[in-house]
Amino acid sequence: MKLSGWGNYPKIDTRLVDFSSLETLSEQVSNSSELIPRGLGRSYGDSSLNRSMVVSTLCFNRILSFDEQTGEITCESGVTLEDILEIFVPRGWFIPVTPGTKFVTIGGMIASDVHGKNHHVNGSFSSCVESIVLMLANGQIVPCDRNNEAELFYSTFGGMGLTGIVLEATFRLKRIHTAFIREEVVKAKNLGTIMELFEQSKDWTYSVAWIDCLAKGSSLGRSILMLGEHAEANELPKSLASEEPLKGMDKKKLNVPVNFPNLALNTLSIKAFNFLYYRKEFKDRKQVFSNFDSFFYPLDSILNWNRIYGKRGFTQYQCVIPKENSEKGFQKILELISNSGQGSFLAVLKLFGKQDGILSFPQEGYTLALDFPITKKLFPLLNQLDEIVCENGGRLYLTKDVRMGKNVFDQSYGEKVEQFKQIKRRLDPQGRFQSEQSKRIGLT
Amino acid sequence: MSNKTVLILGARSDMAQALAYYYAKKGWNIQLAARNAGNMENIAQNIRIRYQVEATLLEFDAIDYFSHYDFYRGLPVKPDGVICAVGFLGEQKRAEQQFDETKKIMETNYLGPVSILNIVANDFEQRKGGFIVGISSVAGDRGRQSNYIYGSAKAAFSTYLSGLRNRLHAANVTVLTVKPGFVNTAMTKGMNLPKRLTAEPEEVARDIYNAQQSRKDVIYTKWFWSPIMSLIKNLPEKVFKKTKM
Repeated sequence: MKLSGWGNYPKIDTRLVDFSSLETLSEQVSNSSELIPRGLGRSYGDSSLNRSMVVSTLCFNRILSFDEQTGEITCESGVTLEDILEIFVPRGWFIPVTPGTKFVTIGGMIASDVHGKNHHVNGSFSSCVESIVLMLANGQIVPCDRNNEAELFYSTFGGMGLTGIVLEATFRLKRIHTAFIREEVVKAKNLGTIMELFEQSKDWTYSVAWIDCLAKGSSLGRSILMLGEHAEANELPKSLASEEPLKGMDKKKLNVPVNFPNLALNTLSIKAFNFLYYRKEFKDRKQVFSNFDSFFYPLDSILNWNRIYGKRGFTQYQCVIPKENSEKGFQKILELISNSGQGSFLAVLKLFGKQDGILSFPQEGYTLALDFPITKKLFPLLNQLDEIVCENGGRLYLTKDVRMGKNVFDQSYGEKVEQFKQIKRRLDPQGRFQSEQSKRIGLT
Repeated sequence: MSNKTVLILGARSDMAQALAYYYAKKGWNIQLAARNAGNMENIAQNIRIRYQVEATLLEFDAIDYFSHYDFYRGLPVKPDGVICAVGFLGEQKRAEQQFDETKKIMETNYLGPVSILNIVANDFEQRKGGFIVGISSVAGDRGRQSNYIYGSAKAAFSTYLSGLRNRLHAANVTVLTVKPGFVNTAMTKGMNLPKRLTAEPEEVARDIYNAQQSRKDVIYTKWFWSPIMSLIKNLPEKVFKKTKM
């Protein structure tokens, strides 16, 4: 069957299988030549694609235990973040680290070692995971944590499914008292200003900036900073105080049922969108209260929003540049993009704190994420962006990548590549776990 | 407000599990009865944590007829409803040649369910309330060459449920006959079922819950099997006997 990542590019033909029991899975794994596990397939490119076989973990979705005192939860890897939030937000719990969509599996969150709007405070998802259980290439089931099989544990975070199939994970939820976020929204006239604002706002748990990346000259990098904290019950304004403070998610969603025609998102419409968006916040700084669902997952309310990009598909270019080079690096990047006229519909800037791990993406610095519809002109532009990222000591996020070359990967991830390869050789000597991405970047 | 309890017989099957989750989501306590019930602790935990209802595991063997009385008497809580999801498709060709396969098909799909439901019926009749759901099959609507041994057992089960419905009406006990068509479960794995006609267990669970709650008598799931089976049932025997379904 035809499979693709979230960007609908590339589409490949492959066998998608699931498993009814661990015994069946063990047989499937040890008898296959090549395979990659897959959750909800929300990585943008070819990270969960393999032309030979893809194993879906979605049926493996039971919650196995939950401690009401500590918030410690153990569940199978196919449980989705949406599930967790639906069940536990009404009971006063939240996930300490969340990506920008709730339509991901726990296994996927581990494989990508996802980060959110609070990385500078809470790190990546690995920081709240106590232990995991994996099936290795030989069909063996191995539990691991920071003290037992530590190499397996650390290499699996950000390991993109290449170390084995995550079966189970034990992680901690954090207490919340309302389902609302107290938000402050601040205008920034350019890149320098927004970075200053990030630094000044380090006390806030959640921070993210939306960038109009078509702005030029002195307005290059003009943006809106959104800061957030979980609202306490006594902070809620009168208009919200009457509602149940821990009310769950509103299930109403719009759907994009078919691919939009290819011209739907040209540069003009993107310019218009950005201008309108920026214009909407007419004060310099304002405070709002929003439901957690719209603060953390604004796009999830439009199911299949990736179809807005049409049949050609799209990719997201997400890079991180270390702090000392961030401003000059992103200045160059935004100039290049603005001059190219290849409008990015969505551009997001976040602050990263320190990160350990092997192939985990974050580095202390700033991360920029930009969507691009796939066109022939795009790839040379992205190659130029790669150069700027590399010369500034940064790297790309594998979960979003669909076209990075081996050289750029090796250069940007440095000694971590060989470190991972060594561990992989021990865990999977026959190289069973491979994806189209891992082959492309020379990781397998 | 205390929750009601539903007993699900043959709880290990995909359809039974989908039913267990659905009823639990609606606030019912669940009793899961199957062989080697102890191996289903992760399913029970999943139900308890997700839906905050009770989930009890019970050892039950559909064809160990003489254990059924003690099984029912020994239930920790008397259920408000019973769903019989016990079933075995078997292999038609093997059953044609070897009687042990035929015997297993007849016992699992008919004798076993009848044995336990007789006991349940007596109890519910006395208590003057409750519901019984029997999962039969469209295969019971007409015997056809590809699976008539299974089909005949299901036909017998449907007739049993019909009589039970008649008897228990006066006691305010509802009996629902469920006739699924193609469903995507372990039972039909490996069979090349046409995608548009095949239901997911979750869809079937929803159909069953809604029908049971609205006190329906017989449902086909999905709904389009009703007109399909009408057509098939109305084919004259002269014509039907020549088909290769």
